[in-house]
Amino acid sequence: MGARSRRRARGQTCGAQSGVKDWPLWEVFLRARGGLSHRHVGSVHAPDAELAVRHARDTYTRRSEGVSLWVVPSAAIVASDPGQAAQLFDPADDKVYRHPTFYTIPDGIGHI
Amino acid sequence: MDGALPLPAPLRSASLSLAGEGEGLPFPEGRGTAPEAQGEGGAQSRASYALHLGDDALILGQRLSEWCGHAPALEIDLSLANLALDLVGQATSFLAHAAALQGQGDADALAFHRDVLDFTNCLLVEQPNGDFAQTIVRQFLFSTWQHLLYQRLATSTDPTLAAIAAKGVKEVAYHAEVSADWVIRLGDGTPGSAARMAAALDWHWRFVDELFAPADPALVAAGIAVDAPALRPAWDARVAAVLAEANLATPAARRAVTGGRRGHHSEHLGHLLAVMQHLPRSYPGAVW
Repeated sequence: MGARSRRRARGQTCGAQSGVKDWPLWEVFLRARGGLSHRHVGSVHAPDAELAVRHARDTYTRRSEGVSLWVVPSAAIVASDPGQAAQLFDPADDKVYRHPTFYTIPDGIGHI
Repeated sequence: MDGALPLPAPLRSASLSLAGEGEGLPFPEGRGTAPEAQGEGGAQSRASYALHLGDDALILGQRLSEWCGHAPALEIDLSLANLALDLVGQATSFLAHAAALQGQGDADALAFHRDVLDFTNCLLVEQPNGDFAQTIVRQFLFSTWQHLLYQRLATSTDPTLAAIAAKGVKEVAYHAEVSADWVIRLGDGTPGSAARMAAALDWHWRFVDELFAPADPALVAAGIAVDAPALRPAWDARVAAVLAEANLATPAARRAVTGGRRGHHSEHLGHLLAVMQHLPRSYPGAVW
């Protein structure tokens, strides 16, 4: 199997092949243990998706931090515009009633 | 080597610090499970076997650690250091077992107070790191073999060897996979990387046969040691498959270079040991 077909088979790959500096960035998400959601823990450089998982394992699970990894090409992340932060987020600041803290919880009720 | 070490007996006590060693711990010595290997001769032969397993892991672990801070990328730096730490951990267990069987010394004494001629590691693991291709090819050839070896060793009638292998086999499975991944990417990469990989295969290939040299037949018959020659077909098949995917030619058979198991080493090992042993020899008993 040639390089091209193999790269297709692997899915996500790197276009440039000329060296470490051209490796794309991957965002790493880690599930600490069963039942918890994956959480963003950092990023790694890697030439393709398979090696990105390996690098994520070698970088972020050295101390038994997790049981499952996701990697996502950083380029695939769509972010909000920091310039719009005020209009996006400030309006929520005075809506304290959105926090469920105004209910009286009867005694004897533990976690709900 | 016959295992006679110029060590003071009190060092023995420290060998009990590792799980799996000594009386009253989870894996007592396998008395009664392998009658053929009983007695002084059997224990010495078993000690030699544990020693060569430990030396393989120790020397390759030390070699890999030389990359620390020098690898092509931060992620690879961590990856190689992880492999090194896995191997040093396995070496610690094997050497502690060897010391217990010899009845003197401990893992540290065996690692830091033997000289070149006393080491029984295979020649492949002491080969210089060279470039990243040479390091990766060495890792791939060795880890593929070590994975097959530990899978079988995990059923050894020596319960300590079996326990060490059962723990290590998961680590080594990862080593074999990650090194194969790199063989494929570098072999099937640029003309430059492919040329480096071909050169690395050419360098290391003469040291492959030594991996499959038979252990003491009495140990194999007793189910203690792995029948190494029997691992060859599976190793050949796996290596051929990866090299084919990497578009790399399997090197032609050549005259094997051996002798590591008898202490006949290349000039490279002495330099490695000088770095590895300097501190504990210059500052005996140093702790941190």
